[in-house]
Amino acid sequence: MSEKTYLQAISDGLREEMRRDHRVFILGEDVGVYGGAFKVTLGLQEEFGPWRVLDMPLSETAIMGGATGAAMMGLRPVAEMQFADFVSCAWDHLITVAAKQRWRVGTPVPIVLRLPSGGGFSGGPFHSQNPESSFAHIPGLKCVCPATPEDAKGLITAAIEDPNPVLFFEHKHLYRRIKGEVPDERYVTPIGKARIHAEGDDLTVVTWGAMVYTAGEAAKAVDASVEIVDLRTIMPWDKEAVLDSVRKTSKVLVLHEDTRTGGFGGEIAATIAEEAFEDLDAPVKRLAAPDCPVPFSPVLEKAYIPQVDDVVRALKELIEY
Amino acid sequence: MAIARVAEPSGSLQEVKEGGLDREDLLQIYRNMLITRGVEERGHILYRQGKIPGSFYTGRGNEASSVGVAMAMGTDDVGTPLHRDMGVHITRGVEPWRIFAQYMGRADGPTHGRDGNVHMADMNLGLVAMVSHLPAMLPVAVGCALAFRIREEKRVAVAWSGEGAMARGDAHEGMNFAGVRQLPVVFICDNNQWAYSTPTHLEYAVEHLADRAAAYGFEGVVVDGTDVLAVYREAKRAIEKARDGGGPTLIENQTLRMEGHAVHDDAFYVPKELFERWAERDPIERYRTWLHTNAELTDDEQDEITGYVKKLLNDSLQRADESPQPDPDTLLDGVYATPEDLDTPHHK
Repeated sequence: MSEKTYLQAISDGLREEMRRDHRVFILGEDVGVYGGAFKVTLGLQEEFGPWRVLDMPLSETAIMGGATGAAMMGLRPVAEMQFADFVSCAWDHLITVAAKQRWRVGTPVPIVLRLPSGGGFSGGPFHSQNPESSFAHIPGLKCVCPATPEDAKGLITAAIEDPNPVLFFEHKHLYRRIKGEVPDERYVTPIGKARIHAEGDDLTVVTWGAMVYTAGEAAKAVDASVEIVDLRTIMPWDKEAVLDSVRKTSKVLVLHEDTRTGGFGGEIAATIAEEAFEDLDAPVKRLAAPDCPVPFSPVLEKAYIPQVDDVVRALKELIEY
Repeated sequence: MAIARVAEPSGSLQEVKEGGLDREDLLQIYRNMLITRGVEERGHILYRQGKIPGSFYTGRGNEASSVGVAMAMGTDDVGTPLHRDMGVHITRGVEPWRIFAQYMGRADGPTHGRDGNVHMADMNLGLVAMVSHLPAMLPVAVGCALAFRIREEKRVAVAWSGEGAMARGDAHEGMNFAGVRQLPVVFICDNNQWAYSTPTHLEYAVEHLADRAAAYGFEGVVVDGTDVLAVYREAKRAIEKARDGGGPTLIENQTLRMEGHAVHDDAFYVPKELFERWAERDPIERYRTWLHTNAELTDDEQDEITGYVKKLLNDSLQRADESPQPDPDTLLDGVYATPEDLDTPHHK
């Protein structure tokens, strides 16, 4: 084990897979010489050469379409969108070609698409979004949202191994802020298995990504035993882990950084209502960003992204119900 | 001002032989063109009989372009043909009965009823299934070429589009990236002059679409798309150039879409004289004449080929009609791939 940042853990996972499997290659904007806008791919072009770490033209469509074609021919592309927000330019190829090809014609498309996402540092409307719900809605895609360095490495490995297009949402606000012990050897964190971030008996918070830490801070501030379920992946998502926790605690808060309406929390809340209604002692509660674009000003952004105080308030309402 | 090279028409038998086609190849081309048209004509009848759900598209007038290019491809090359390119499927060896099954949404079609029309492809024959968002396939073909370049394989990807598709951004991104990296890909633009009801002057402002190649750093060629041997020669040249590391080529095959966009469309917006003019250059008639004049095609040979095609289509229709309907219980199968799915010739 070594202590690593979340960013270093992703980088280590990529390097290990590239050393192990010659089919793995990286393509994206500024990923080579510059090492990526966030330096996740720093040093990889030096080690693996310019044809395995490709600096692409400013062409998200060519990145995504190119990754799709290369994957069909047997390579294992790891494509990077410089910011998750730019995936809108690659939407067509991801949704129209990559997601449907296995189902339509039996052709697997093993791609990892890395998506630096999330706000908290005045990135504004185009450098801060969490678009995972939009993709979780598309049959054929998998969506992974690690919160810890250990999961970041284990899930990037799992994503590269997976025979499907996997969207890897890496939260930018966790890159250098979060450190943790990471096994030095290769390991795979299964896609579709939640992690209990904190055990508790009185109420459950279901969340993922950076909100895991917001929930952790809030849990310390209330006089109750809070269980935090870190979903780790939202497509597929670990329904059983959520239902088990809800059946134990009988009260649940679904928390995410994406906007509320149509956010993935709605799917989780609906499932709990359908399958664990009799176990509930309070209505399922949702806390998410309001339904507007991500604002730039620190004051506005703080009002937008759920803060520790907001979670504390929501937890207290549940406790008092 | 035109920039692209305008290709010469097809030459004598001697020239054609020097280009790599023997007499059997020439007859194979003829057979493939007839099968291509025959499949679509039979499909049209099936549609009128109410046996084909949804809509129905043909590539009438495009047989030389699709068969000519596909004949120039190597066994290990791959392509992304679109809905006017039935000749590519036929030439690469897709059996007509499976195409009829596909048309009718049956279990034995290449997509097992999950998609219709020419939205199909057999990866084992080096074909990638198209999507309706047509130019989306250009960057995919470029990605195939990228894989060949990374693995240093002597393989080539062929990307098809029409002149309508060339107006979209992904066509630009795909060609630009291919030019930047000099990837082994050949872009075939079937310019059939009508994108649904939209004429060329509302799609682009250059003289020839192939002129755009210069902007991407590679060669553009304009070819008479009704001249199958000229198409073959230029496609072969471009494919072998790409194979030898010479980078991409954009070939514009000029044709006319001889029917409406789809079966519902009577193409009232296309001037009648235009149809009449291009009907005189029907690719199959032209080629038949060439074979008679240059390759001593006998009446017996022609009858034999016609008979073979007719029987093939009849048998294929019958076999397709015996194919079962898809099972609704299988609807969710294969939404996600399993590791076993990677056991393909392409994923070794």
